[in-house]
Amino acid sequence: LLAFSSCPGAGQDVGRSCILVSIAGKNVMLDCGMHMGYNDDRRFPDFSYITQNGRLTDFLDCVIISHFHLDHCGALPYFSEMVGYDGPIYMTHPTKAICPILLEDYRKITVDKKGETNFFTSQMIKDCMKKVVAVHLHQTVQVDEELEIKAYYAGHVLGAAMFQIKVGCESVVYTGDYNMTPDRHLGAAWIDKCRPDLLISESTYATTIRDSKRCRERDFLKKVHETVERGGKVLIPVFALGRAQELCILLETFWERMNLKAPIYFSTGLTEKANHYYKLFITWTNQKIRKTFVQRNMFEFKHIKAFDRAFADNPGPMVVFATPGMLHAGQSLQIFRKWAGNEKNMVIMPGYCVQGTVGHKILSGQRKLEMEGRQILEVKMQVEYMSFSAHADAKGIMQLIRQAEPRNVLLVHGEAKKMEFLKQKIEQEFHVSCYMPANGETTTIFTNPSIPVDISLGLLKREAAIGPVPDAKKPKLMHGTLLMKDNSFRLVSPEQALKELGLAEHQLRFTCRVHIQDPRKEHETVLRVYNHLKGVLKDYSVQHLPDGSITVESILIQATAHSEDQGTKVLLVSWTYQDEELGSYLTSLLKKGLPQSTS
Amino acid sequence: MAAHLKKRVYEEFTKVVQQQHEDLSTKKLRLTKPSKSAALHVDLCKATSPADALQYLLQFARKPVEVESVEGVVRILLEHYYKENDASVRLKIASLLGLLSKTAGFSPDCIMDDAINTLQNEKSHQVLAQLLDTLLVIGTKLPENPSVRMRLVEVACKHLTDSSHGVRNKCLQLIGCLGPVEKGVAKEAESQAAKDVQKIIGDHFNDQDPRVRTAAIKAMLQLHERGLKLQQAIYSQACKLLADDYEQVRSAAVQLIWVLSQLYPESIVPIPSSNEEIRLVDDAFGKICHMVSDGSWVVRVQAAKLLGSMQQVSSHFLEQTLDKKLMSDLRRKRTAHERAKELYSSGEFSSGRKWGDDAPKEEIDTGAVNLIESGACGAFVHGLEDEMYEVRIAAVEALCMLAQSSPSFAEKCLDFLVDMFNDEIEEVRLQSIHTMRKISHNITLREDQLDTVLAVLEDSSRDIREALHELLCCTNVSTKEGIHLALVELLKNLTKYPTDRESIWKCLKFLGSRHPTLVLPLVPELLSTHPFFDTPEPDMDDPAYIAVLVLIFNAAKSCPTMPALFSDHTFRHYAYLRDSLSHLVPPLRLPGRKLVSSPVSPSITPHEDPSQQFLHQSLERVYNLQHLDPQGIQELLEFTIRDLQRLGELQSELAGMADFTATYLQCQLLLIKALQEKLWNVAAPLYLKQNALASAAAKQILEETYKMEFMYSGVESRQVVIIHHMRLQAKALQLIVTARTTRGVEPLFGMCEKFLQEVDSFQRCFISELPHMQGSFVDKLLDLMPRLVTSKPSEVVKILQTTLRQSTFLHLPLPEQLHRATANIIEPTGESDNPLRFTSGLVVALDVDATLEHVQDPQGTVKVQVLYPDGQAQLIHPKPADFRNPGPGRHRMITQVYLSHTAWTEPCQIEVRLLLAYNSNKSKASARIPKSTWSESLEALPPSENGIEGTIPFSKPVKVYIMPKPARR
Repeated sequence: LLAFSSCPGAGQDVGRSCILVSIAGKNVMLDCGMHMGYNDDRRFPDFSYITQNGRLTDFLDCVIISHFHLDHCGALPYFSEMVGYDGPIYMTHPTKAICPILLEDYRKITVDKKGETNFFTSQMIKDCMKKVVAVHLHQTVQVDEELEIKAYYAGHVLGAAMFQIKVGCESVVYTGDYNMTPDRHLGAAWIDKCRPDLLISESTYATTIRDSKRCRERDFLKKVHETVERGGKVLIPVFALGRAQELCILLETFWERMNLKAPIYFSTGLTEKANHYYKLFITWTNQKIRKTFVQRNMFEFKHIKAFDRAFADNPGPMVVFATPGMLHAGQSLQIFRKWAGNEKNMVIMPGYCVQGTVGHKILSGQRKLEMEGRQILEVKMQVEYMSFSAHADAKGIMQLIRQAEPRNVLLVHGEAKKMEFLKQKIEQEFHVSCYMPANGETTTIFTNPSIPVDISLGLLKREAAIGPVPDAKKPKLMHGTLLMKDNSFRLVSPEQALKELGLAEHQLRFTCRVHIQDPRKEHETVLRVYNHLKGVLKDYSVQHLPDGSITVESILIQATAHSEDQGTKVLLVSWTYQDEELGSYLTSLLKKGLPQSTS
Repeated sequence: MAAHLKKRVYEEFTKVVQQQHEDLSTKKLRLTKPSKSAALHVDLCKATSPADALQYLLQFARKPVEVESVEGVVRILLEHYYKENDASVRLKIASLLGLLSKTAGFSPDCIMDDAINTLQNEKSHQVLAQLLDTLLVIGTKLPENPSVRMRLVEVACKHLTDSSHGVRNKCLQLIGCLGPVEKGVAKEAESQAAKDVQKIIGDHFNDQDPRVRTAAIKAMLQLHERGLKLQQAIYSQACKLLADDYEQVRSAAVQLIWVLSQLYPESIVPIPSSNEEIRLVDDAFGKICHMVSDGSWVVRVQAAKLLGSMQQVSSHFLEQTLDKKLMSDLRRKRTAHERAKELYSSGEFSSGRKWGDDAPKEEIDTGAVNLIESGACGAFVHGLEDEMYEVRIAAVEALCMLAQSSPSFAEKCLDFLVDMFNDEIEEVRLQSIHTMRKISHNITLREDQLDTVLAVLEDSSRDIREALHELLCCTNVSTKEGIHLALVELLKNLTKYPTDRESIWKCLKFLGSRHPTLVLPLVPELLSTHPFFDTPEPDMDDPAYIAVLVLIFNAAKSCPTMPALFSDHTFRHYAYLRDSLSHLVPPLRLPGRKLVSSPVSPSITPHEDPSQQFLHQSLERVYNLQHLDPQGIQELLEFTIRDLQRLGELQSELAGMADFTATYLQCQLLLIKALQEKLWNVAAPLYLKQNALASAAAKQILEETYKMEFMYSGVESRQVVIIHHMRLQAKALQLIVTARTTRGVEPLFGMCEKFLQEVDSFQRCFISELPHMQGSFVDKLLDLMPRLVTSKPSEVVKILQTTLRQSTFLHLPLPEQLHRATANIIEPTGESDNPLRFTSGLVVALDVDATLEHVQDPQGTVKVQVLYPDGQAQLIHPKPADFRNPGPGRHRMITQVYLSHTAWTEPCQIEVRLLLAYNSNKSKASARIPKSTWSESLEALPPSENGIEGTIPFSKPVKVYIMPKPARR
């Protein structure tokens, strides 16, 4: 029995991911995210949902974090330090390295800038991180005696992983966010045919099949290149991690290939630290970077330098990556204001922009912006939109399902309407049941656990020797006694079972009388029966014993004359219950009567 | 029983035959050699523990065993095998048996019975597997013995039920390698057990062990390779294997499916879960396409590779591989490619400014969208986007092969190929450019595609740029804007990378000659002429200007109206360029100007090319004039040689032919000259000076013949005979000269002997050609051979002299195509006045860049020679990777030469040149004659004769100024 509950977050929502899974009596929490859109209590999942009273540590066996995005790990210090959880937290090495940087940054913005109180502190982040156990890819971690987890590569961002959670023979795979198409710095998600009972998959792009990434890349490079050749400046507002690195590598290699000289800048701070980790975790990147890092680490950028505020006024072409990504504040907005007036310049928005931000306004075609202080900023620079998303599209999700071959699929992290479509597709294509619970809803999935039974080698060999050659694909009938003792199952030979249980052996014999019309003498009848049986049962040993009885294997046949009618002979057939099959066959054979003897 | 008896008889029979053979050849040797088997026996008996025995066996295995003692050794080993209790020793013995049966010249059927017997009582699975392996070796050594094979197959079938995967593996392998292939074999009763090998192997497709499943598929493929036609029934089984858990099984299954699809392309298979039926090849194609998105990259590579060779697939299936059916929020979206196409056809350029430019249009029916279709949907889209570059390369290659056979597919895949030009791995980019070139005859580039293609011209990798130039050479462009764009980009390329000059000019030459009508409207702009004003005359030496002119002149060749647009200085520049860059600028018929190679009337078809005629006529003349006086012959030859050389210079396509014949005539001339010396008859010691001339002639002829043999591609055996014949004559001349100049007979003995051997080998090599050589030197010589062998050296010399004089001049037949190997060193240019300075004792790397034409196997033959001023010469072998093959018959060598020298007081020039190495052993003659005769003659020939190795310089030397400085202390 598997219970899945989409806990306080996630479900049909892109925002905070937080999923609770009960599998064979073990409770596991998957991800512990926060919602970026809220600034009140709603930003964190409602942990009181898990246990009304009682400590979380007692209830949860472990917490697993799939990757470092705040909507997957943002509530972790709150959960572990403020609500109180002391159990193990599992994440991959890169996630463990980068996660605290992001949390700290997030804390600074909320506490230092917005002045909020009742928020977790730096110390809490540190304490929380002490509870984290880092895992390697494909490493099976034994959480306790029964529960084990294993990480698979998920693409998406550096260190993102899919987790397989296994108790006994029941298993769940949680994908987190993943990407099935490789990009410039990360590979594609991969999983083996682990056939889990349940696959919990994200479904951000449940109804989208994306175009080839090459077109997008080419467009992007072409636009940047053209602007730089014209002598214009290019501003690319990015968030610090993930896409930024991909775009950096893209531009870096392009600059290298095309021998371009225009400078590329990267706004400093957070990103520098993060780049450092990208340099370190080379094994988590894609084939090209992994193969060439001996000559040169791709993240050691030759053309990309740190940005200084003063550079923005430098003449000549340049490309600048600046945070934040939606142009709502900070350095990117400052640079934007400086450059917006020149039509030679260009701003490229590499991702989605929330309504209300400057990014969204200019993308929707607004040319005159009202800035603070009632200033009117006229946007003359070119505005481009380039989507670089690292989630699997519908085809990717299907591909993953095909690879893993789960028995049930559960969709989370998406919009209900879109998920409905994908659900229908999955059921139609793979003939597995698919679920899409809402927030806070609990889904229960019944599994068909296979129960292992021990069998002694002697018995196995003995039974295997009987009958045709064993064939792995066909079930085989075995005789033995099933002993259920001390919470274990054993298949033993009957003799041993009797011995162990201290029981005496009883024999069960069936006897049956068959009347045959035969006027001849008894021994002649016996001889006829003997010849008949010998003719029919070629594969069995049929013997005529000196005492006038016939044995077929262990079955005994005796003939006596009927006490009343001498013309009728009575055949006594007797067999043990082990030979039931042969015995009943024999009786039915004899009941048909003997063939008219011509000899 | 009868069958068994028959078998016995067979075996007895073969055994007897074998022993006869052995008796004939090896008796003598057996007596002299110490018995190896005895030593082994002693060793093994001495062994006290299994470990010891194992050590002895290991030592024994290191030494080779003579053919004649193999059987004895095998018996000893078998004896120990039965006694041995330790499985590891038995394993080693079993493997040794296999090793020994491989010994060349040993026929293992005598030990087969024993080997089969050992199987009977063996309990260890590992030893069993090893024994089966040994049997496999034995079986493969006896290919002409079907009964032995049958027996081995039966043995293997018996062991198929073994519980160890290793044993089953080997059994299947054995069946695959030895199973009967012909249908006819299965007549006898004995073959009943092995009647249907395919069925037996097929049964193991469902084995519990993945390794055995793989082995079963491999065995099936092996049978196919050996010529057995696989049954179609296997197809459905193989399809199931595609979903196997193990990658090696899937990988092998993909191969099997491919094989079946090639065997039964047209048969019809049902589609499961529907009533429809499709062709098998289409179904297989769909299935293999499906595997392109497999979890294992090994399988993906395999699948992508095989897709390329499935050309019989229906076109609509093929086109699906490029279609991914984009959608966004359940609405159909057009791909970027489609959008680009639309923009292009509406005559608008993409503003690219709108967010949601790619906004989805029509609603799609949710039921109709099949995310993972069982069909071929989007296989190439996935393959080209794959994480592993191996898969991407395989996909590009497959695209190339499919596009070559289907023009409509070529048109469709263009967008995807163009996209691959931006791949992160250079190898993939290069591969896709080459692919594009290969399919370029099928396609015309749209302007936006051309734009993307041209963007790659700025790539910093020289290989990429040059591949792209090659591509542009054979690309069709649809509009004049396209041509203009290409020109602009190429000029940009030129300014950025001036070293690409030659390649860009060549590219423009083809671009011009392919699109004369598109160039025409551009001419005024390109030449910047103005209807009223005279414009300043551009700089004649500007590479960019030359590039423009090359484009225009080549277009003007087939566009007679164009020269009217030229201004005066253009004509002057034309005359200059026609002379200086004649390979890039074609002859034009300009108004008021004679065509340079003029008196050709246009009616003459290329077949009756006058220059070709001229060549043949002059050759005829030479061959016919046997009876002229010596002086006349000499003069005629001299004139003809001169004519031919000039012809070669004028007509590049005939250059090889003309040079070749001229060289031959030159040889003949030298020979005649040497023989015509009047003073031959006078006593030897007096005429040393004259002899010097003759011996020099002989030497030169020898050199020339090597050049003729190895420097030309397209030389056929007919020519090789003549060349060898000429060489033989030169050697005869040498012999005569030596006989005249040396005193005493002793050294002559050796020389005569050697010469006669050469004549002998000549006869053997070219026995088939001898009838064509009536009246020639060798013909006469062979007639006199019995006499020659017995006579003294002085007599031999005399005979040779007379035959040499009397022999006729052999007619040199000309092959269809003949090209002289040429090399041109592009870099270093030899123009630099700045010495290359380096510290003495250290090395400096000199980049050498050269183009080679018509060199066969340049990796093996081309060497770089560096000559230092002190006479020291250094020979450098470039790495095989330094050679690229940009086109048929052309190679490019880009390598680095390391120079070093002790300190000099002032800079000095060194010479760098390319050499063509040859080895007379690997001559073309030896490759052509039947193997048997050659191997015999090889044995007979003394080893010194086999390999005359030498080098022919075939490029102009380039001088490089260098200066090794003394090291500073």
